[in-house]
Amino acid sequence: MSTIFWIIVAGAVATYLTRIGGHLVISRFDTIHPRIEAGLNAVPAAVLTTLVAPAMLDAGPAEWAAIVVAALVSLRGGLMSMFLAGAVVLIVARQFVG
Amino acid sequence: MSSQATAERSPAASGFWEGFRLSVPVVVAAGPFAVLFGALAVGNGFTVFEAVFMSAAVFGGASQMVGIELFGQHVAPWLIVLSIFAVNFRHVLYSAAIGRHLAHWPPLQQAVAYFILTDPQYAIAESKAESGRKVGFAFYMGAGLPVYVSWNILTALGAFFGRMIPDTHALGIDFLLPIYFLGLVMGFRKRPLWLPVVIASAAASILAYKTIGSPWHVTVGAFAGVVFAALMPSSGKREAQS
Repeated sequence: MSTIFWIIVAGAVATYLTRIGGHLVISRFDTIHPRIEAGLNAVPAAVLTTLVAPAMLDAGPAEWAAIVVAALVSLRGGLMSMFLAGAVVLIVARQFVG
Repeated sequence: MSSQATAERSPAASGFWEGFRLSVPVVVAAGPFAVLFGALAVGNGFTVFEAVFMSAAVFGGASQMVGIELFGQHVAPWLIVLSIFAVNFRHVLYSAAIGRHLAHWPPLQQAVAYFILTDPQYAIAESKAESGRKVGFAFYMGAGLPVYVSWNILTALGAFFGRMIPDTHALGIDFLLPIYFLGLVMGFRKRPLWLPVVIASAAASILAYKTIGSPWHVTVGAFAGVVFAALMPSSGKREAQS
């Protein structure tokens, strides 16, 4: 088998370890300390923010317009409507400002 | 939403369709990246089979992109694997957080569930648990399977036809995922400490992005927000979770 094949196999094993590892470690404790629990409750906002914030560094007017509109829509609408609103603003704005 | 209309179906079937509906925006947002990955993988020396094999076995978009990019640059194999591990390390946090809500399943179902624990999959499962209802296996697979299947099919399409993609920039493909992830962040805004955690993670990830660089900004930013939440004075007491 090729080098690529083995890289993929090793990468897949490493990835699966990250996906099951957190649970295997945490489940060894009978009770969860309130501070750990507070930390776990912060996980979604903390991780997902890191997938957005640095992308805004390189963003131009089109991206900012899209993200602001999407954020405003998300205050009222659901995930799908905010996503579509952001995508439409992005595509339209890029036709003008590239 | 339409629970009355689906009351005649079995609980598993209605759970599956409830999850399926939530998977639609994920399929739309992630789809272009599967096509893009397939096209780039072939461009970087992968065969079509290897491209699809990577999508099926790793199933993590960002890490797959990093993997083929480094392979194209002839980086040492062990370093490529380490980079994939680094990009995916945030899943440790997802795994620790969501495990509480999956622990009542049989072990084999749990093992399958962790295999497809991506960013949106985690967010969907976590918000279901937050609404106070049990996260069922059928619901979880309903949300995850469409993404997994479409991810692999679109990888193959991209690998076959990738060179034909028109101007991806004009179509906004490179910025669809940040918009989608922002939607996920906003979905958790009722949680205690939400805004301070978002600010802490944003600041730390931008700082890390500027200094040590990608992909470590994800891990650094995530841990900054989590540690910040754990250290807040209010977190020392056990309080009713809203």
